[in-house]
Amino acid sequence: MTPISRGFSGRHRPVADASRIPPGQYLTPDFPVLSAGPTPHTPLDEWSFAIDGAIDERPAWSWTEFIDLPAETFTTDIHCVTKWSKLDTSWRGVPIDALLAGVVSEARYLTAWSDGGYTTNLALADVTGGRAWVAYEFGGEPLEAEHGGPARLLVPHLYFWKSAKWVRGLTLTEDDEPGFWEGYGYHNHGDPWLEQRYQGD
Amino acid sequence: MAGAALPGRLSWQVTRVLELVEETPQATTIVLEAPDWPGYRAGQHIDVRLTAEDGYQAQRSYSIASAPEDPHLALTVERIADGEVSPYLLDELRAGDELELRGPIGGYFAWDGSLGGPLMLLAGGSGVVPLRSMLRHHAAAADSVPVRLLYSSRAWEEVIYRDELRRLGDGGSDSPTVEFTLTRAWPADWDGHRGRIDRALLAEVCWAPADRPLIYICGPNGFVETAAATMVQLGHEPQRIRTERFGPSGT
Repeated sequence: MTPISRGFSGRHRPVADASRIPPGQYLTPDFPVLSAGPTPHTPLDEWSFAIDGAIDERPAWSWTEFIDLPAETFTTDIHCVTKWSKLDTSWRGVPIDALLAGVVSEARYLTAWSDGGYTTNLALADVTGGRAWVAYEFGGEPLEAEHGGPARLLVPHLYFWKSAKWVRGLTLTEDDEPGFWEGYGYHNHGDPWLEQRYQGD
Repeated sequence: MAGAALPGRLSWQVTRVLELVEETPQATTIVLEAPDWPGYRAGQHIDVRLTAEDGYQAQRSYSIASAPEDPHLALTVERIADGEVSPYLLDELRAGDELELRGPIGGYFAWDGSLGGPLMLLAGGSGVVPLRSMLRHHAAAADSVPVRLLYSSRAWEEVIYRDELRRLGDGGSDSPTVEFTLTRAWPADWDGHRGRIDRALLAEVCWAPADRPLIYICGPNGFVETAAATMVQLGHEPQRIRTERFGPSGT
């Protein structure tokens, strides 16, 4: 039985756009930074992006090749497991559909991996169909390093830890293998609308 | 739901407030009676959930301030101006009240003796809370790993756990080294460091990279970003640096 918190009225209830705030989240105008280690600063001439794992041909792009790929500009809401949500964030990046075009694989999962050693696991179905990007601009500007620049994964329909900062590649896998936070008890899927914060939610 | 714990599931639990300890004018420690609490590692955090009479709920995460060996679970909460949950916890909550929480959460920003050391702790403001849990655990376990804390605050009045930390640092040659830096105001007899952390201060206070300290940095994002980047520039391995950040980005 959930107790009533005596004297608590809740002064930050979302008024506008309440239907856009998932359960247990609050709205913030800020863009908080959360990461498990130091911010990597990989020079662009040393940066590359790779698709590897359970595939025959392994595509890879340099930075100049990557930003020449057809990109999309889009606006979306983002939701962090630490409870903040931010609405109408604008991004530019390459859709994962385009990166996987022509890739032949039986894999149903992938692990995104990043500079600094971070990883997160996703079902291919969650990053295809126009629902995920590798983004390199935020608000019309190059993505800042502390927010994941030069490029981060963006999977806005899942909690934001799935949107790996400093992403450098996607490893396609036949089995679903827990990533960094998933191995520390965070939910394997992370749907904010189902409030899948931690294992068992 | 409380009490109906599924294996591996973090269920909400109803705890009872035993005591509120004012650490500074802006930070209070909440000591809790949590009989069904599953235990935790030093450095982990929990989620608190408040429920209004009409069912509206708000959740926030707070670091655990106590050590696993302590008799009671404790949180230290700093007031966030204009916040929704922290002002309630500091102004309304009373001993005897119920408080709903679940956890422990996290596990990377956690320390126990099996991880070894030397253990270098860098705190900015209320970022000292999970590091105090580690210090208490280190003391309770009588761990021989050498440990140093460098704690940056604006003023002495804002230093959380200041008496406890001073005592800890005065315990003799085997005790932790505890150093403070104050950035805005200094007591007349201040003999600690002055100013924000920078390369010179970190080089002076921290072990050399060759000693391969295990480094935990917690505080506002600006503090953590500066401290972590400077430690990397000094030659420390990024993989030995664990960070926890809180608060708005300030941009």
